[in-house]
Amino acid sequence: MEETYEFTKEDLEEIEGIKAKFPEVMPATLPTLWVAQRRFGHVEPPVQRLVAETLGLPESHVHGVATFYTQYYKERKGKYVLDVCTTTSCQLCGGYKMLHYLEDKLGIKAGETTEDGMFSIQSVECLGACGYAPMMQITNDVYVNNLTEEKLDKVIDSLKEGEMPEFESVGMPLLENINDK
Amino acid sequence: MASDWKSFEPVLIPDIPNLDKIDNYIKNGGYKALEKVVKGSDWKPGDVVNEVKAANIRGRGGAGFNAGLKWSFMPPADGGPRYLACNGDESEPGTFKDRKIFEYNPHLFIEGALIAAYAMEITTIYVYIRGEYYSWIKMMEKALQDARDKGFIGKNLFGTDYSVEFEVTGGAGAYICGEETSMLESLEGKRGYPRVKPPFPAQKGLWGRPTTINNIETLANVPGVINNGSDWFKSIGPESHPGPVLYGISGHVNRPGVYELPAGMPVMDLINEVAQGIRGGKKLKALIPGGSSTPVLRADQLEGVSMDSDSLREAGSMMGTAGMIVMDEDTDMVDALWRISHFYHHESCGQCTPCREGTGWLEKILLKIKNGEGEIRDLDLLLDLTTQMEGRTICALADAAAWPVRHTINRFRDEFEARCKKSVHAVA
Repeated sequence: MEETYEFTKEDLEEIEGIKAKFPEVMPATLPTLWVAQRRFGHVEPPVQRLVAETLGLPESHVHGVATFYTQYYKERKGKYVLDVCTTTSCQLCGGYKMLHYLEDKLGIKAGETTEDGMFSIQSVECLGACGYAPMMQITNDVYVNNLTEEKLDKVIDSLKEGEMPEFESVGMPLLENINDK
Repeated sequence: MASDWKSFEPVLIPDIPNLDKIDNYIKNGGYKALEKVVKGSDWKPGDVVNEVKAANIRGRGGAGFNAGLKWSFMPPADGGPRYLACNGDESEPGTFKDRKIFEYNPHLFIEGALIAAYAMEITTIYVYIRGEYYSWIKMMEKALQDARDKGFIGKNLFGTDYSVEFEVTGGAGAYICGEETSMLESLEGKRGYPRVKPPFPAQKGLWGRPTTINNIETLANVPGVINNGSDWFKSIGPESHPGPVLYGISGHVNRPGVYELPAGMPVMDLINEVAQGIRGGKKLKALIPGGSSTPVLRADQLEGVSMDSDSLREAGSMMGTAGMIVMDEDTDMVDALWRISHFYHHESCGQCTPCREGTGWLEKILLKIKNGEGEIRDLDLLLDLTTQMEGRTICALADAAAWPVRHTINRFRDEFEARCKKSVHAVA
């Protein structure tokens, strides 16, 4: 039996707001897939169908878009998806070390999900936080910068309690401080 | 010029707290440039284009093209919709600067985009931000709403006939969407396949209508040019590549980060003084100057080089996005190059055969070498592959994948050879 999915009234209002930004319906495809993924946790084919029906677009189009972009989960993931950046600057600064630490800690490999469904780990391409390497993003949301093993321990502990880390603002370093030093 | 950078006052992200709050931005002279051009009778749209063209703001997204000149390619207004698409995709490894503008000075960018829109008689502006920047998309949504509430976006700006809409939209994880025509496809709600040019976006862009695409940092430079004139802008940094630049410094330095300094900064000052040298007192080995696609330079190639198009071209590289990746003496160049090739393989959209297949083979052969299974002739095969890819595809992703391979092998050939199996010759 296939699960059935429905958008809430609030979701539908949000989707109407998205459609209003554009002269056509098709541009709403990406943002509506986001609404769906945030609601259902993934965009497996039945969810793609819901998006297509809601927008009045062909399912093949929505499927094509969903499969082109890496952030859409075409299969179910853990409650928290740990996207560890391993591209160049992160690679140089220990991104793989952090990835392997997480793999050992959670007992799964990159691309897998823990049995309790709490965590997935992914090795991802550059997230645009190169100066704060190594780093990771949690479930397409908050960035966690300047990772260490201790910091990862803390983050995992708080996620187990259901608490997402807060947004860390990384200030602009000031030149005066440089000249003082 | 080059030596007085220590007294440079940042203009894109000045040291003023809470500039992201619109009232504070206005208190500090914000939206004055927009008012000046939209309301003032002495600023016709064409005058704005000319002033920005004279300033020679070279596109900060990587290509380095004169922004005002790009604006002048828009055909005359015909009463139909015209678009400005602001490129906040920022996905080139080593690049993390535009998010600083979203976070610390979003209204400077918004004001710049609105001035650009007025100059090109544009009716709707979109800012496309990479999907991973969810936190920053939220910040931009808030900033745009604040600007709308103050009447800087919408109908009849400053009581004139000029009306403009401004929306934010996000990607969902695809490096290719930073390529301007791929971004247009993505904005239209499709797979991000780059378009064949011509027609160029100025002729046929979003929904077949005239469209200009500019980088976020490029647009953030516009209000300063309007307020202070193109001569002021050209007085910052080298004449051929002027203005302030957000340098993103990452890798093996003591103090990585984004720094706003004049264009044309001496590379060694950026590494040794601004970023405070190499971590752990190690020696510098190599620098990727402007994002992972720009050719790597050995430490001995960096003496006297400055961060501007001319100097970097002479040295054998490019300015790109000014996202500098610094590598220390312990860096394994084979590993580093393999990881870069993995990136381009992962991000190839698959539309053109030389790129789809070529990026895969680059990665595969490099992995073989990295694992000690390569042969010397594989290095020449890799070099041959790069020439088979470059310039043979719809967009520049194949070039971006080919350049690092070619230049890293040529500049660190002994390191690659040392990793290859020694040939075994049968001896009688």
